Amino acid sequence: MIYADNAATTRMSDTAISTMTSVMKEMYGNPSSLYSLGQEAKEIIEKAREDVASVIGAEPREIIFTSGGSEADNQAIRIGAEIGKKNGKKHIISTAFEHHAVLHTLKRLEAEGFEVTLLDVHENGIVRPEEVEAAIRDDTCLVTIMFANNEIGTIQPIREIGAVCREKKVLFHTDAVQAIGHVPVNVVDDNIDMLSSSAHKYHGPKGVGFLYVKKGIRITNLIEGGAQEQGRRAGTENVPGIAAMAAAIKEASEHMEENAKVMTAMRDKLIEGLSRIPHSALNGDATRRLPGNVNFCFEGIEGESLLLLLDDKGIAASSGSACTSGSLDPSHVLLAIGRVHDVAHGSLRLTVGEDITEEQIDYIIKSVKEVVEYLRSFSPVWRDLCSGKAQFIL
Amino acid sequence: MALYSEKVMDHFRNPRNVGVIEDANGIGEVGNAKCGDIMKMYLKIEDGIIVDVKFETFGCGSAIASSSMATELIKGKPVEEAMQLTNKAVAEALDGLPAYKMHCSVLAEEAIQSALNDYYSKLPKEDAEVQE
Repeated sequence: MIYADNAATTRMSDTAISTMTSVMKEMYGNPSSLYSLGQEAKEIIEKAREDVASVIGAEPREIIFTSGGSEADNQAIRIGAEIGKKNGKKHIISTAFEHHAVLHTLKRLEAEGFEVTLLDVHENGIVRPEEVEAAIRDDTCLVTIMFANNEIGTIQPIREIGAVCREKKVLFHTDAVQAIGHVPVNVVDDNIDMLSSSAHKYHGPKGVGFLYVKKGIRITNLIEGGAQEQGRRAGTENVPGIAAMAAAIKEASEHMEENAKVMTAMRDKLIEGLSRIPHSALNGDATRRLPGNVNFCFEGIEGESLLLLLDDKGIAASSGSACTSGSLDPSHVLLAIGRVHDVAHGSLRLTVGEDITEEQIDYIIKSVKEVVEYLRSFSPVWRDLCSGKAQFIL
Repeated sequence: MALYSEKVMDHFRNPRNVGVIEDANGIGEVGNAKCGDIMKMYLKIEDGIIVDVKFETFGCGSAIASSSMATELIKGKPVEEAMQLTNKAVAEALDGLPAYKMHCSVLAEEAIQSALNDYYSKLPKEDAEVQE
């Protein structure tokens, strides 16, 4: 099988697995217990906090361990909203193509009286810092913009956006779930106040992540209870998960440069090969995108049948079609970059890992080409396009 | 893959009666590309019997499988019988569809109804011509 869905999740690294299992077996104490076994678990967590913090340029006490990216996003936005509410500021700026963990939290806040501005991400899938600046008002309490998009992989000008927010004295959160471990992220250099991350996107385990909150920012809890995480996130810590996440993030950051080089070359080869399929188009900027991300639209076909046939050929990928999203609408990300419904249904996301080979890329190109041609051969939409009854869009 | 039954996957991987009938006397098209599903049915009806049926579908796995199964269920049948085809019968013949995919079987039923209506709509005219 060729696994080309690394944006959905990654295979755990051997280092992460061995760290996790050894902590499970040996360090099963509760970090809140005062006997040695508990304190040893506590030490593991604090060591992990140091490791995670150092990778992103933060201080250990600025890291809160969470159950993953969604929880971190939820908490970050709550933190911004609560501070805003105290100061009579109830306006939040975000973008139309954020992850649902952000968009749905913002929807909830709208119901609570907040006003939300969703910025345009343009055809290339990149937010313009000057538009962030123009959108900031006197009552803006938070700007939340993702570091890199999960579907089309476009990397945002985070440092510039952060600088704008600093200048305007507005809190800035970034959902860096897709970016951490793959592209350089430094909370100081990049002017970031809050940042979300999830371990399973960089070969760590599922169900664990972290939230960075710059010191001095008043923290609002999502989960109340015990005094874990310095009273900022209750619940007995996921010690094996946290230890494995730290191992994974260290490993990913140590090999980031070499991995990115390999993946970028493979990505570009894949983009070039798929571009040769007639009436297809790459989604998102061709270069300002994550090293392993390829996302295409193919006119005249539907994404789910494409995925099923690729699965038959041993390729695991994903799509933004309505049928795969479980709703009637195709991906909100593709709609946000201006793809019309008809075309957005025929999308394919391939996110390759650092272990992908050139032969596998060739096989993917050949397979996608075959499947697209086959599905078009009995598509009434394709027939209408070819006969001139309908106009090609791509 | 556990998303669909073996039957659905079989009809999706090896769809029956795919294509176009050039001299079809009943053609129906339902759905729209905006929603991600379009089905087109071609019928060749002789002496009230569906002697041939073909389809073209733009859509997900279950839409393709539903089209394929629907053509199998009506091929060789009298038009009156084909008019009675329900989406439930299509779904059952496929050993079931996930709840959120039932609309694919509805689309198959509608595509066949639409093709039959096209066939019927042409009939009175011909009758009228004969009477003249």
